[in-house]
This record gives sequence, structure tokens and C-alpha cells, in this order.
Amino acid sequence: MTGFRTLLWKELLRFWKVSFQTVAAPVVTALLYLLIFSHVLDEHVQVYESVRYTAFLIPGLTMMAVLQNAFANASSSLIQSKVTGSLVFVLLPPISYLEFFLAYVTAAAIRGLLVGTGVLLVTAGFAPPGFAAPLWIVVFALLGGAIMGALGVVAGIWADKFDQLAGFQNFLILPLTMLSGVFYSIHSLPPFWQRVSHFNPVFYMIDGFRHGFFGVSDVSPLLSLAVVGGAFLVVSALSLALLKRGYKLRN
Amino acid sequence: MGVAVSVQQVEKRFGALTALAGVSLEIAEGEFFGLLGPNGAGKTTLISCLAGLARPDAGRLAVLGRDVAADYRAARRLLGVVPQELVFDPFFTVRETLAIQSGYFGIRDNDTWIDEILANLDLADKADTNMRQLSGGMKRRVLVAQALVHRPPVIVLDEPTAGVDVELRQGLWQFIRRLNGEGHTIILTTHYLEEAEALCGRIAMLQQGRVVALDSTENLLREFSCHALSLRLAGGAALPASLANLAAGQEGGAWQLRLPDFTAVERVLAALREAGIAIDDMRLSPPDLEEAFVRVMQRGRGA
Repeated sequence: MTGFRTLLWKELLRFWKVSFQTVAAPVVTALLYLLIFSHVLDEHVQVYESVRYTAFLIPGLTMMAVLQNAFANASSSLIQSKVTGSLVFVLLPPISYLEFFLAYVTAAAIRGLLVGTGVLLVTAGFAPPGFAAPLWIVVFALLGGAIMGALGVVAGIWADKFDQLAGFQNFLILPLTMLSGVFYSIHSLPPFWQRVSHFNPVFYMIDGFRHGFFGVSDVSPLLSLAVVGGAFLVVSALSLALLKRGYKLRN
Repeated sequence: MGVAVSVQQVEKRFGALTALAGVSLEIAEGEFFGLLGPNGAGKTTLISCLAGLARPDAGRLAVLGRDVAADYRAARRLLGVVPQELVFDPFFTVRETLAIQSGYFGIRDNDTWIDEILANLDLADKADTNMRQLSGGMKRRVLVAQALVHRPPVIVLDEPTAGVDVELRQGLWQFIRRLNGEGHTIILTTHYLEEAEALCGRIAMLQQGRVVALDSTENLLREFSCHALSLRLAGGAALPASLANLAAGQEGGAWQLRLPDFTAVERVLAALREAGIAIDDMRLSPPDLEEAFVRVMQRGRGA
């Protein structure tokens, strides 16, 4: 247990020591999105009857911040210590692959939740958030952070160079989050793209999370929970399998 | 004395390259053991297999009887490895680095031992300095300290003195010798053969993934090296014919003779006296590991 706790503590310290860049910066980015999109669209778009566009946007931006930062934390920590060689300090001790997985994923989720909380706090003044079903908010934030943390572990293990990781981020994570209904309801899409969106697990993370705020959503939160829970199991299984094999870590 | 490290028929390939081609050796508890060989001989691969950083394709390795694969937790707790690469985590101070490393090994309050390591490695005044701000030699010391946080009974040092100044090197060896005196088994790889000769009681030489020599340092020296005698003869005189079989050539006007043992000096002097040749200068050097190493490697290449 001490091994896991120490590795978790190290991972938390790692981003906290540069929190200006790892926590404050993404909060500011989300704030900029909100300022621009709400300024341009607030008068023109109404997604749900009772909800202003600005209010609609906030949970999406929050979840996007949770997801991107959880992914970034695990993946950048791993690739950095792989490239510099300092990962050896974690590989030499008697830390099991399960402890390794839990430490990286928990730290990633915590950074995601921290940034998400920051986004909620700085945007609260623009449209006071409702908390229609707070349990859904917590469940989807935790699961979303954990999924992206686990995916970050996979990407960090797989990538040998920073640009490979950037590719993973730009061609997989970013499209999945951008095309998931952060800025719109998928009901406003043409039928084809609506169907495509239903294959994107990030859509369910955001839709379920948003349900926690407004009590309304594009699909049932139970369906979202099932999809997101399933995605968590799949990504975790993949990540654990790679760690157990020592893929690219123990030759 | 029990067996500290057991390596049995270990093979490791990286693609077409065979890094280890069936290595077997045993290191007893309390030994100061040298692992020598040219670059690419497989030393670091062998250490990686022992430390669980690489997985052998065949064979078994154990630390104090604990299998490094089946019982990896116990094996890793018994082993401290100083890696060859100068790696560090730039986010932390020296003390944080050591406290974190202790935690990885399940040790929570380790300050007393950490202070002792810091003092012995002359790092005490750098304890709160960030790793980034340390010189190369200092970083190397921290690497040694990190390998010792859990007081491992078996310590592996993979070229610990590469790029390290003389003062630190001496301080480091003093500390490692003390640990060895206290019962820690030490395994050392180095390219500084005089260090290996001075420190190691037994040596394995690796070449292309095979053990090509494995014996006590003393026996290796006796078998593969000899006393060298350098003679400058008055008036540039030639060597008497009776000494021709000992001659290994001339260097800077001095004859180089190779003696099977130091008593042969008597024979040389007698022959010169008999021939009426005076000596301007004479130097006798003891056998050295560098010569032994070169000869073992030549033999290995079939030369």
C-alpha cells in the first residue's frame, strides 16, 4: 500500500508543483471558450427550453476540461519519465502493475476534477449552475476522469516520442471531445452525424454529466452510465494488460 | 555463506541481436564482484534482467533465493541498483527524491537513514536543492543514494564512476567498501580496470553475451598477466641471447621483458652481469588487470 500511496503522492506533487501550467492554464482556456461562444451564440441558440445557451455550455466545457487534463496528466507524466529515463525509479521497486495503474489513474482523475472544479467556479458568475441531480455530476466526472486517465496510461506507454503522443491527443482525444456535444446538442445535427455521435463514448460522458445539472439530456443518464461504465472497463482492461505484460516498459 | 545472486542459463535477444547467450554464474553473499566486458558485451542487459527491467528469453535469475520473476516483490526489495544512465526526476529536491524512493519500497519514515546516506555521500548540504541544479557528479551520488534507501543486501553499481571526479570516486568507494564490510554483496561493472582490480575479489568477464572468464582477481592476474620488466642498457647494448625468450620488444630504447614471476628478475640480472652489460635504468611492474582483460578478450576472439 505504501508503494501505491507514494506513487500517487509523487504524481500529485508532479503536477501541483507546476499548477500554474497544469491547473490554472486550462481553467483560463475554458473561460475563454465560454466568453467567446456565449457572447456570439447566447442570443441565437437555445438547446433545452428552460436552459440558456451559456448555462448549457458550462457543464460541457467543465467535462471537456476534466477529460483533457486527466488524459494529459497520465500520458505526459509517463512519456516524460520514459524519455528522460527516470521511469526506472518506479520500475525497480516492488510496485505491482495494479498499484502502478491505480496511482496514475487516480492522480489523473484528481487533476481532472481539480481543473473541472476551477472551471465551474470561474464560470459560475456567468450563469449560476443548477444542480438538479448532483450524484450524476459526481459519478460522470469521476468515471470520465478515470477513463481518460487510463487512456493516458495506454498512450503514455505506447508512445515513444512526444510527437506520437501529440498525434494521439490531436487525432483521437481532441476530435472525440469536440464532436461530443460540448458546444451543442446532438439533436441539432443531421441524422447521419447524430448516429455517428452515438458511437462516441465521450458524448455519453458529457450528456450524463449535463443531466446532473439540468435534469434533462439527449439520452437517458442510465444509458450514459452503462456506456461510460463499459468504456471504463474496456480501457482499464487494456491498460492493465499492457502494464502486466510490461509492454515497452520491461523489454 | 549463502548465494546472493544466481544466474542460470540466461538468454536474451533483441531482434537479431543476441545480448546474452546462456550466462550462468553465482555470486556469494558478502562478495565484491566485478562484471567486466567491452561495450555491448551484455553487462547492462544482465543487470536489467536481474532487476526485472528486462525479461530474459530463457533461464532463471534469483536474488538471495528469490526468483526475480515469480517472487519479484521480494527479489526487488533485496536488490539496489545504481543505473548507468544519469537519470533524475526534475520536479523534486534531493530529500524529496529519496523520501519518494523509500516510499516505493514501502518505507515511510526513513529520515535517519536518508541523513546517514546523505552525509556519507557528501550530499548533506544539497538535501533541499532541486535535482535540476545539481552537477553531473552530484546527480550520480543521488543515484547511488536512491539505490540504498531500502538498505538492500545486494547492491549493483553499473559504471558508477563514469564522469565522476577523483575525490568523489574515492569517497564513493570508501562508502561502498564499508557497506561491503558490513555484509552487503556488491556487484560492480566498470571500464576502469584498476578500480575493479583494487576492489573486486572475484571477476566475471563477458564477451558477446557469454562468460569468457570467471575467477578470483588473483587467479585471473596470475593466469593472464605477468610481471613486466623495463630495462635500459648502458650504451644501447643488445640483450644477451639467453634472455631472448623473455623479450617482448623495445620501447623508447628500453627493452621490455615479460617475467612469469618476480623471481625471474634474478635470472635476468645474472645473465646481464655475466655478459658484462651495465644497466642504466630498470622498472618492474606487477601484473595488472588491464593486460589480463585484453588477453582474455583476444582469446575469446580466437586470436
